Amino acid sequence: MSDRDKRARDLRMYFIGFAAAVALTALSFLTAILQPFGPAGVFAALSILAFAQVLVHFRYFLHIDLSRQKREDLHLILFTGLIIAIMAAGTIWILGNLMMRMM
Amino acid sequence: MSTSTATANSHPGLNLGPSHGEAHEQAETVVFGFWVFLMSDLVTFVMFFATYAISIQATAGGPGNADIVDIASIGMQTGALLISSLLFGIATVTMKHGSTPRRVIGWLLASLVFGLCFLGLEVRDFIDAAEKGAVPMRSGYLSAYWALVGLHGLHVTVGSIMILVVCAQIAIFGFAADVKTRVLRLGLYWHFLDIIWIGIFSIVFLPGILT
Repeated sequence: MSDRDKRARDLRMYFIGFAAAVALTALSFLTAILQPFGPAGVFAALSILAFAQVLVHFRYFLHIDLSRQKREDLHLILFTGLIIAIMAAGTIWILGNLMMRMM
Repeated sequence: MSTSTATANSHPGLNLGPSHGEAHEQAETVVFGFWVFLMSDLVTFVMFFATYAISIQATAGGPGNADIVDIASIGMQTGALLISSLLFGIATVTMKHGSTPRRVIGWLLASLVFGLCFLGLEVRDFIDAAEKGAVPMRSGYLSAYWALVGLHGLHVTVGSIMILVVCAQIAIFGFAADVKTRVLRLGLYWHFLDIIWIGIFSIVFLPGILT
């Protein structure tokens, strides 16, 4: 593969990521503006679109994938995900509970 | 995508590849270290998000979510950040494939311009909010709002300053090995801020316009 091809391939990663990110962002904004589903449906749609866009950014901008070479980085992301789940869910649970009692 | 050792990635973000010698060898360690920082920064952000989520009703009769969202401005800010990220990506790719320092600095400065557009719009929104009485000391909700959105804005500000710093380093030292890995790390930081912004517009701003 020539240098030119490699350069084009590297650039293509960013362009694909950018196009996908713009499309998902536009869908998110349209969902919120037009509100085609009920409240629960809109929140579900926004969550799914946001999650998909996070995956797109990880894949195409940060170049994280499931290949063997980068397992440690993926492990770190998954561990961070675990910490986040414990801390965020705990915060929302406990402080939300406290707030309900204060109302 | 091929995974032969010649093209294998050894760290997150764009990999320079073996033709960059010393910079490529250094990159695996320093980028992994930076990745640890980014993930801990992510935990910080998520705690701000969690605080925001539980404060959403704590408006104490003051302005709420729906009163401070200017959806057109948020759309433009999102676009500015995405374009800025793309331009930074192009800058790293051109650096990897042997463009001149001048050209890489050009892409970096273009990326900086869009980052500054984002900051300008965000500051304008903050001033608008303050004029409507939505200042951080008004309610628990507004404290959480200013803290979360402000923390992201602060990160973008620091990133903008760092873009100027690496541009100066490229201009002075050329593409020395550690300058190249610094550009890679700053790229990760810049793309990472985009990911945080997805959370901010999906959790803070878009729900504000739901009826």
